[in-house]
Order: sequence, then C-alpha cells, then structure tokens
Amino acid sequence: MHVELRDIRKYFGHVKANDGISMVLEPGKIYALVGENGAGKSTLMKILSGYQPPTGGEILLDGRPVEFHSPADALAKGVGMLYQDPLDMPPFRVIDNYLLGRDSRVRLNYKDARTELENLAQRYNFHIDPNATIDSLSMGERQQLELVRLLAGGAQVLILDEPTTGISAEQKEILFESMRKMTREEGKTVILVSHKLEEVQELCLYAYVLRRGRLEGEQELPCLNEALVEMMFGQVPQRTRRPAFAVGEPVLELQDVSIESYQLNIPNINLSVRAGEIFGFAGLEGSGQRQVMQVCSGLLSPTGGRVRLNGEDVTGWSFHRRQRDGMGYVPAGRLEEGLVAGLTLTEHLVLARPDKKFFVDWKANQVEMGERISTYQIVGRPETTADALSGGNQQRLLFSLLNTPLKLLLLEHPTRGLDVRSADYTWQLLYKRREHGTAILFISADLDEIIEHSDRIAVFSGGVMSRVLDTQSTTAEELGHLIGGQA
Amino acid sequence: MENAQLIAVLASIILQASPLIIAVCGEILTERSGVVNLSLDGTMLMAAMTAFVVGLKTDNIWLGFAAAAVIGAIFAAIVALGSIRLGQSQVAVGFVLALLGDDLSAFLGQNYTRMRGVSVPHYGIPVLKDIPVVGPILFDHDVVVYFAMALIVVTWWWLNRTQPGLKLRGSGERPTAAFARGVDVNRLRYLYTILGGALVGIAGAAFSLDVKIGWSDGHIRGTGWIALAIVIFGGWSPIRGAFGALLFGATKALATVLQRAFPEVSVVAFNSIPWILMILVLLAVGSDYTERFINAMPRGWQRPLRRVLRVSPPMALGTPFHEG
Amino acid sequence: MIQAPTGDRSRLWKLWPLVPISAALIFTSALLLLFDASPAEAYRAMWDGSFGGQDKILSVLAFWVPLLLASAGLVITFTAGLWNIGVEGQIILGAICASWVALNVNAPSGVLIPLEIVAAMVGGALWGGLSAVLKTRGKVNEIFSGLALNNLAIILTNYLISGPWQPPEGGSFRGTTPFQDAALWPRLLDSRFSPLSLLLAVAALVAVYFVLRGTTWGLKLKALGKNPYSAYLLGVSSERETILAMMFCGALAGLGGAVRVLSWFDSLRQSISGGIGFLALLIVMLAGYRILWVPLIAFFFSVVLNGSITLQLKTQLHSALGGILTGVMVLFVLLFGSARQLGLGGTQASAGGAPGTDLPDVTPADAITTDIPGGD
Repeated sequence: MHVELRDIRKYFGHVKANDGISMVLEPGKIYALVGENGAGKSTLMKILSGYQPPTGGEILLDGRPVEFHSPADALAKGVGMLYQDPLDMPPFRVIDNYLLGRDSRVRLNYKDARTELENLAQRYNFHIDPNATIDSLSMGERQQLELVRLLAGGAQVLILDEPTTGISAEQKEILFESMRKMTREEGKTVILVSHKLEEVQELCLYAYVLRRGRLEGEQELPCLNEALVEMMFGQVPQRTRRPAFAVGEPVLELQDVSIESYQLNIPNINLSVRAGEIFGFAGLEGSGQRQVMQVCSGLLSPTGGRVRLNGEDVTGWSFHRRQRDGMGYVPAGRLEEGLVAGLTLTEHLVLARPDKKFFVDWKANQVEMGERISTYQIVGRPETTADALSGGNQQRLLFSLLNTPLKLLLLEHPTRGLDVRSADYTWQLLYKRREHGTAILFISADLDEIIEHSDRIAVFSGGVMSRVLDTQSTTAEELGHLIGGQA
Repeated sequence: MENAQLIAVLASIILQASPLIIAVCGEILTERSGVVNLSLDGTMLMAAMTAFVVGLKTDNIWLGFAAAAVIGAIFAAIVALGSIRLGQSQVAVGFVLALLGDDLSAFLGQNYTRMRGVSVPHYGIPVLKDIPVVGPILFDHDVVVYFAMALIVVTWWWLNRTQPGLKLRGSGERPTAAFARGVDVNRLRYLYTILGGALVGIAGAAFSLDVKIGWSDGHIRGTGWIALAIVIFGGWSPIRGAFGALLFGATKALATVLQRAFPEVSVVAFNSIPWILMILVLLAVGSDYTERFINAMPRGWQRPLRRVLRVSPPMALGTPFHEG
Repeated sequence: MIQAPTGDRSRLWKLWPLVPISAALIFTSALLLLFDASPAEAYRAMWDGSFGGQDKILSVLAFWVPLLLASAGLVITFTAGLWNIGVEGQIILGAICASWVALNVNAPSGVLIPLEIVAAMVGGALWGGLSAVLKTRGKVNEIFSGLALNNLAIILTNYLISGPWQPPEGGSFRGTTPFQDAALWPRLLDSRFSPLSLLLAVAALVAVYFVLRGTTWGLKLKALGKNPYSAYLLGVSSERETILAMMFCGALAGLGGAVRVLSWFDSLRQSISGGIGFLALLIVMLAGYRILWVPLIAFFFSVVLNGSITLQLKTQLHSALGGILTGVMVLFVLLFGSARQLGLGGTQASAGGAPGTDLPDVTPADAITTDIPGGD
C-alpha cells in the first residue's frame, strides 16, 4: 500500500509534537523512522495508526485521502501498529486474544481461527501455541502473536515500535526475516521505529529522521552511522572544559548485581561511584538503566549481588532507611511519583525534611520554602499546590526538596522538560553538591547532557551494561555505537 | 433415615445458595467489564420489597421478578452514570446507594411487612427428580433454582466462549487494547453494569418470593455484602463464585445442625460463622502469607495450589477509561 | 475558562448547597404523597420532633454527640484514603468495653467514668486496628473486613446480652440491666444529654482539626490519601500511618459508643449503635471530608433523624424517611458535586485546611503544562 503523509501537525497546547511532517512510503519496502526521545516519532505513528487525530494535515492511502476514527478503523483501512508493549490481554489464552474483535458473531469459531493462526504463524516461521496464556509468553512471542493478529485483520502497512527491545537474538532474526518476507514477497509497507542504528542499517532501505517535531532529513540506507547520528542529535558538542575535580572514596558500589524481570534480564552489574563524582547512564529507554537505578535506591531488590553505601552492605535496606542514611532520589514522573497533587509547596517541604517534629512550625517552614523557591528559581509561592506548577517548576521543586548534605544523589532525567537556561542552572546546583562530596548518578536520554556533565559514563543496551567510559577520552561516535547495541 | 436427612440438608443448601448465585453472576458480569457496583445490599433489599409488593398486588410472581429486575437496573444505572459519565467515585456512589436502598425499602414496604404473599411454585423436573440422591438434591426444586444453575453455565459460556464475552473481559482487563480492537468500552460498561444490576434485582426477588418468602424491615440485610465478598473469593469466575455461594449456604445449614448438636452454645455464636468465613477466605486469596506458603510447597504442587488459593481481579477494575 | 467571571461563579457556588437539599425534599415529598401523607404536615411533625420543646432539643443534642465523635474520626481515615466502613463496629466495641467497666468495676463516679472512657477508646481502637492490619498485612480490603467486623460486633453484643450479661430475670434479648448510678454520666435535666459527652466531642473535633492542620502526622495522612507512591518516596510509611489512622478513628468511634450506653441509654442494648457509624460516613462525605463542616452537617442529621422518629410516633410513617432524606442529599452531592467539593480523588480540595489551602484558587488546574503527551 502506498502511503503519503502531508504536512502532519499535532499540537498539545503550545507544544508542537509534530510540526508539518510530510513523507512518502512505498509498498514493498522497509522504512526506518529514527530520532531521539521526544522527537515526535510516537506521536506521528499514533496519528498514522488511528490512535490520535492530527491537528492538521492529511493522510493518503493509495492516493486517496483517509481519516481514521479509531485504531480499529485504521486497521480496517489497512494500517496496523505493533507497540513496544503489545496491546494484548495478558490473562487471556492466545486463541482468545487472537479472536477478540475479529468479527461480530456471537459464537467463536475456534477451529477456523486455530487453523488461520497456525497457517499465518507458519508462513513467518513464528512459533505460537494457541492454548498458552499470554502471560506465559516471552515478549518476542507476544509480538509475533500481535503481528499475526494485525495481518489477519488486513494490515497492509505495519508500524513496529522498537520491536527488538527485550527480545532474544534468535527471535530478532525471525522477526527481521518475517519483515523481509512481508515486504519483498507480499508487497506490504513496513515502518520500523527504532533507535538502534545497527538494526536500521541492516534491515531498512530508507530512513526518515525526526528532530524536535520536524523532519530533519531522509537518507538511503545503508549509510555511515555518523550521518544518521548527526541528523538525530544535531552536532554533538565536544565537552566543555570543566575544572578537574578530585574524587574521593567510593560511595555507591554494586557488586555482581543481577536483576531478572519479565521483560528484561540484567546480568552482572559492577559499578562504583565515588564521592564528588558525576556518573551518567546512557542508553535507550527500557534498556535496563532504570532498574539498576531502582536497585541503587532500594525500590527494587536485585535477584543477586550486593549493594554498598560507604562500604556498608545495604542490599537488604528499605528505601526509607537508605533515605535516612543520606540518599536522595529524584524520579522521572513528577506528579505521579515524587510530588503529591493538592499539597502545597510548604507541605512538601515539611514531609521531605529529615528533622520532623510532631507539631509543624508553619511559619518557619513557609519562610524556608520561600528561600528555596528563590534559590531554585521556582515560579510559584509557598502556598501554591504542586499540581498548579508547570512541568519545569515541578522538576525544580523536586530538587529543592532534597536534603543537605547527601552522600548519594540518584536522578532520573534531571532536566527533561526544562529549557536550556534552567537546565544549566540545575546543573550548577548539582555541581555545588558534588563539591560537598555528594556522589551523583543520573540517567538521561539526552546524549549532550551525558557528555557535558558526566565524569564517567556507562551505556545500557538490552539489559547489558557497557564497560565504564571516561568522558574525557570517549567520542560521540563511540557512544552512538554502544547505544546502537555494538560492543 | 440419616441419609434422607442429609439429602434434605443438601437440597436446602442448594435452595439457600440460589439467589446468592444469581447475584454473584450479575456482579461478576459488571466487575468483569471494569465497574464495581457496591450497592448490592441496598439493591437487593429494594428489589426484594418491590418483588413482594408487586407480586402481592398483581398476584403474579413474574411481574414481581420483572419489577425487581427494573429496580436493580436503575440502581446499577446510577452507579454507571456516576462513575463513567460523571467521573465520581464508584465506591462512594455504590455505598450511599447501599444505605439508601435499605431505608427506601423500609419506608416503601412499611405497609406490607409480615404479610402472606405469593411465592414461586414448586416444580420438580419430571424423570430427573426421581434419580436417587441426585434427583432430590438438584432437580426437586423450583424455577429459581434451575435459573441459578443455568445462569452459572450461561455466564461462564458467555464470558469464555463468545465474542461479546471476550469484549466484555477485554474491557475489564485492558480497555486500551480492547479499544484498539474496535470495542466501545464505555458503552459496554454501561450495558453490563445495568444487566448485572438487573440480575442482582432478580436475586433480591428470589429471596422474597421463594427462599425467604415475605417482607420485613431489613429482610435480607447483609446478603449483598456477602455476595460482593463471594465475587472476590470466586476469583471473578461464575463457577468458583457458585462454589463460594454454596459454601456460604452450607455454613448456614451447618449452623443449624451444630445448634442442634450443641444446644448449650448460644445461637448467636453460630451466626458469626459466615462473617468469620468471609474474612478468612479474603485473607486466603489475598495475603502475602499465602504466597509464601505456596512457595514453601514442593514445586509440583505450586501451580495447582496457586490456582486454588490465589485470585486476581480484572486489571482495570474500578478505573475509568478515556479514549485516545 | 481562564478568567471566567469568578465573582458570579462564586456567588452561584454559595447557592449550590440549596440544590441537593431541595432535591432531597422533593424526593421525600413525592414519597410522602405516595403514602397519602401531607409533606407539609410531615415536615412540621419532624420539626416539632426536633425543636418542639426542651426535651426534644436535648435529645437532638444527645444524638448529635456520638455522630460528632464518629465523624471526627472518619475525617482522619478519609484523609488517609481509607474507607472505614467498620466504624459502626468500632462504636459497638466501645460500647461493649464501656459496659464491661460499668458492670464489673465498683468505684465512685470520679474513677469509673474516666475508666469507661479509656476502655471504650481502647476497644474501638483495637477493632479499627484489626481492620487496618487485615488490610496492610492480609490485603483484605477495609470495606469487607469492616463489614464483617461490624456484624461480628453486633453478634457479640447479642451474645453478651442474651448470655453472660443477661439480666437476672432472664435474657430478653433487649439489653442488660441498667448500670449502677455511679457508672452513668451526669445528664442534663433528666434528659439523655450529657454535657460531659459534648465536651469530649468538642475536644475530639478540635484535636482532629489540629492534627490535620498543624502536625506532621496529619500531613502524612493527607499525602498518603492523595498519592501513596509519592508519599512513600517522600518518606511516609503507609502501613504505620494506615494502622494509626484506623486506630485513631476507632478510639473516637469507641468513645461515641460509650456515650450511647452511658448517656443515651443506661445499659447495653441490642442495636446499640443504631447505624450511627453509617450516618457518620454520610456526614463526612457530605462535608467534603472537611472537619469544619462536620458539626453543622451532623447537627442537621441529628435533627432529621430525631424528627423522623417523632414522625413515626405521630403519623405511623416509617422513620426510615429521615435516612432517605439524608441519603438522597449525599447521593446528589456525590453525583453532581464538583471535584472542589469532594476532596477524595479530586485535586483541589484539602481535607484539613492547612495554611495556604484557605486561599482562593491560585491557578486553575487546567493551567498545568505537561510534557508532550504520548511523546517517545
């Protein structure tokens, strides 16, 4: 099916997620859609698969303009999307999941469905047991099932969102082979949304690169990785010279930590973060860095290995105990995790203080919060509720609530959603903390930020942590390789 | 003689459990679609009163059942409206309706207490009722009991073996995924909340017209709450739910038997059995200790034990759904 | 929406309480007409039942006190996001424990009454704590454990009055023999109203007000009720606070139970609570979970319910009418009240009224700028 997007725009308030994107996708080809986090890839694909209507612009299928009223409508018209987390029904049996929504007859025709499912699966070399329950399947099998379901529903255009995250190498091969077959032999159009440049190069014929809601460029594949990286991230800046800082004793140590979960296995993490050091975790979201961070904070227990804080084994300590021992943690979701909607800034301060008294001295805390508001440049008043703050101000509020002194500070996406000036300011404050000997460990999806601010970097890919890189001696190219999954 | 007595007890357990089974199946349909209707206690009281009065006035039990179904549907519709359309707390609205139904039934039924009314006629199924043992236990009842039995099977079949059933379960498990397959989640939730409510209404009528004939203040107070607990204990499955209802019916019968055996123990002590059982079963299916207990068992036993002891609610139960 | 004529809107908001009241009155009037009763006469009978004489007014006050105590406790549990349906059982346990002291301890009033108070509070707190532990340790929803514990408390009462505590003339299932005079609370003018109990209730209200307004604990409960996960990250232990909140509420409810046996009645009776716990739940919901509104609304409930008892005596109409009137009002507010009026689940209202929340809306909630929804 021939697909054309014309001037697609999607605005959320004043945020332009997609700002006039046009592209052409021809049948029989695999396309790549690449871009860093927040570039607008997901939004665009949600529009193309009927989950969201665009603010403006047009979609043409085989030359005819179409409008999608729902995902089901889009599928009926030939466009199906496979999500990173497949939209299936975990407690259902495979066959029931396959049948849900297939037709409007009351009785389920198991016999035909089973044959159909098995034939389709066989054609692409998938192995799916129709009687298994979905929650007993691996991520790769769930994807296969969802693909089969979309194909049976009549998909001529298939969108795959980061399909290789959390699946085995073997399953990846099967998936790629099936995509080749769909395009070459069956004339379908496939769009692969991915960060992993190696895979993109291996599989796709043509890449569209998004950056900040716009189409930054397009490129025949294969090409040099650097060309894509430059389009995705812009010019990767060289690290500005910062005064060298003498790091101290190890504060946080991970020894042979392994984490097993349904989606991802993270083996053997060994890591040491020293006092006064800033350590960055790079990698695509969902590569394991968040789980490792949660093990450091005590929110997640590792399946194996030890965690040490200042030499003391804290593996069995709860989050609260580590907090009392001088750990700070700034989560990524603000109003969901970290702030309480409906409570005022001062109330947050009172809760976060280590020296809690039974009776609250509101006046003193109000004054204290006022001071923090000006120190952290929060636009708001002590009596404002947290939900009335803008995203950036909520982020600054989280920082302002951190106690002093801290031994260890864990940060998830510390400057996400902040403009350049506030981001710089946030880092200045963090530098001050490092001068007082706080060890800082942070996750960021922004490569610039990682390179600019880390002393050392570890890159995560598919649950595996790379060797630890010294920022002074690494290059953007090397990081790009590691992020793309190359050792 | 001993055997005949036992058969009579078993038959009475089946009869006692039947209205509960109907209510449980109704609430399972509602909750499986993702809505909690907490108003059951008030709904059933109102329905029982309405069915009795309508039956008495029209001398027609079927009109009584129909009126009760309408009452149940109305109460459920208020819960659905409050949670789906108005975005309010399902728990709060359901709870207030539970209390309101109690008071309304007391007020509206005040002139009809302790009166003789109509009741469902006995009807043994020919041939089947003459099967030894099984016949008198299962097939020598009335239409309410047969309806409850059929409802278990139909509900199970509808949930597990039909396209609309898949859509219903999908809405309660993962509404976004159901929506992606073309299911109108909120419309479907309205539908099953109201249908479930109608069944709960019929269950109320089954009490006042059959199992506990007549009407008095607070006639079957507490039954609705027990039905809600059985839904949890039954793991949102009609077959397990029916088993739970029978278990509760059995405790009542057991209480009577025990009472006779131990006349020196106060009668009220036996009344506490269902409530203690309610806490214990909810503990068994929910507590972390159960999980630890299962994990301590030999590997081969763990799967079957977990199936019996653990339940998990529909993942999206009680959460509103917005498209897009 | 940004700069709506807030003056007009807030004036309309002031009229809002009239809407559920009228809706409830219309509904109950229709019911009365259905029974060929004149609504005007019925409401007059209810009015007379509450205000037609000194004894009536004192009776309203006497009924008001346990409502106040239970409601004050429920404000705490609602703030922590808990559905303490078990409050009814906590009242009953308080009544039972107070009765135990009254029946078994021989001492002058000065010793006996404080003992009764302590026993009632401990009994209620333990019953509430049981519900909480079942929730935190056993994952049993507090609604179900509360209901079961309510019924078990009723059964326990029935057992006591028909068994160990039955009057010497034989168990009548109605109640114990009246307690010794020293055990009963001093009552005003031969009525059921004990000024001491009102004093305790006022103290409870003030305590709850200050707990929510001025203590770290109150703040922790608020955080827990609004967002348990964020509260956890901010250092709040949900298990500890859940148990404490339930025990606190149980203690106040238990005290209410003591008032029932030692001031409203003079003995332990079959339905000793008489649904006061459920009424208190409705009161707190209607109050939008704010303590400041509780006294007024609880007083209104007391008036309506006392009135409906007189109504039944005078017109033979069932006293459930009072419950219907209040129930319809609460339902109406629950369905159509704004998030601003309903603290639970809403983001704007605040249960305690800490400094700052008394201010007018600083920024409308829809002005929150978010990150790109559905971004990568």
